[in-house]
Amino acid sequence: MSDFIGDWHALLVLLLAGFLPNEAWRMLGLWFGSGIDEGSELLVWVRAVATAILAGVIAQILVLPPGALASVPGWLRYAAVAAGFLAFIVTRRSIFAGVACGELVMLAGKWWLG
Amino acid sequence: MPLPALDSPQWQSPLRTFAWGIWSITSTVLALVLFATYLGIGALAHGTHFSLGWALASTVFVWAGPAQIILISTLGSGATVVQAAIAVGVSAIRLFPMVVSVLPMLRTPTTKRRHLVLATHFIAVTLWVECFRLLPQVPRERRIVFTHGLGGGLVSLCLVATTLGYGLAANLPQLFAAAILLLTPLAFLLSTARNCRQLSDILALVLGLALFPLAAMLHTGVDILISGVSAGTIAYGVHRWRRRQ
Repeated sequence: MSDFIGDWHALLVLLLAGFLPNEAWRMLGLWFGSGIDEGSELLVWVRAVATAILAGVIAQILVLPPGALASVPGWLRYAAVAAGFLAFIVTRRSIFAGVACGELVMLAGKWWLG
Repeated sequence: MPLPALDSPQWQSPLRTFAWGIWSITSTVLALVLFATYLGIGALAHGTHFSLGWALASTVFVWAGPAQIILISTLGSGATVVQAAIAVGVSAIRLFPMVVSVLPMLRTPTTKRRHLVLATHFIAVTLWVECFRLLPQVPRERRIVFTHGLGGGLVSLCLVATTLGYGLAANLPQLFAAAILLLTPLAFLLSTARNCRQLSDILALVLGLALFPLAAMLHTGVDILISGVSAGTIAYGVHRWRRRQ
């Protein structure tokens, strides 16, 4: 059982660095959201910032890749995502086609590199 | 199997509505993408020496793919708790407008705020997209129960994926592990692109991608916050300037 949980310190870190900073934004939305008009200027700005932050998260995974993704060279990571995006556009915004194409390009590239 | 018609007597039973919510996870390709993302998160947690219980708890309580990946990778690379908390908190700002835009679809005149807490917890990019697609097909007074079913179903699916990814990680070929980790940026990029409604959204996405590598050179620990707020504000500025024209 202790193997399953690990040490309690790690769970405290999960609470402080994972759960609270993440959940706070949901609860703020629940608390203050009802007063905000969906088309308001504030929300346009918040949505633009939120989108740009998500873009930053995507860029971070590609530029500073975690774990096994670091074994794929940078140019191949970017090429795979670019190919996926192209397939997404060509198929009139099919997420599945885009994801499948990006993955195939990455796998093909790795296979070609040996 | 499509959802019953809006006036169907099937919606009268809350339990049945809950079951329809769970069943709806089979109707979306995003559930598959989410499954694969959580395989990756399980594998990443194993690789950074977190316990399986910790990984499962992060899936239940954090319930946001990018936040979990950031949390695991920043802690794994030796960042402090404060640095990790800032990085996670910054990535989670996007949840605020999602909650604000979904909740009006769930509310009825008699809904209390506490009735919405669990549904609010489930809101992340997948549920946000699926709510816009599915909730118009659900009677308003049953939408909270339906969302509980949908959210609960997705969390359960991802708990299975986290466990599988964690268990496979030890034996996973590196190529497969890399392919799983690549799913997250691909899926997030494309689902964000599909949800872009205005010029400001598209500009924010493009500028956000472009500015991060520049901000990362500053090594502040809050690089995503810097690039995100700058890119988002520039995008908003362009949106205002175009409207004034």
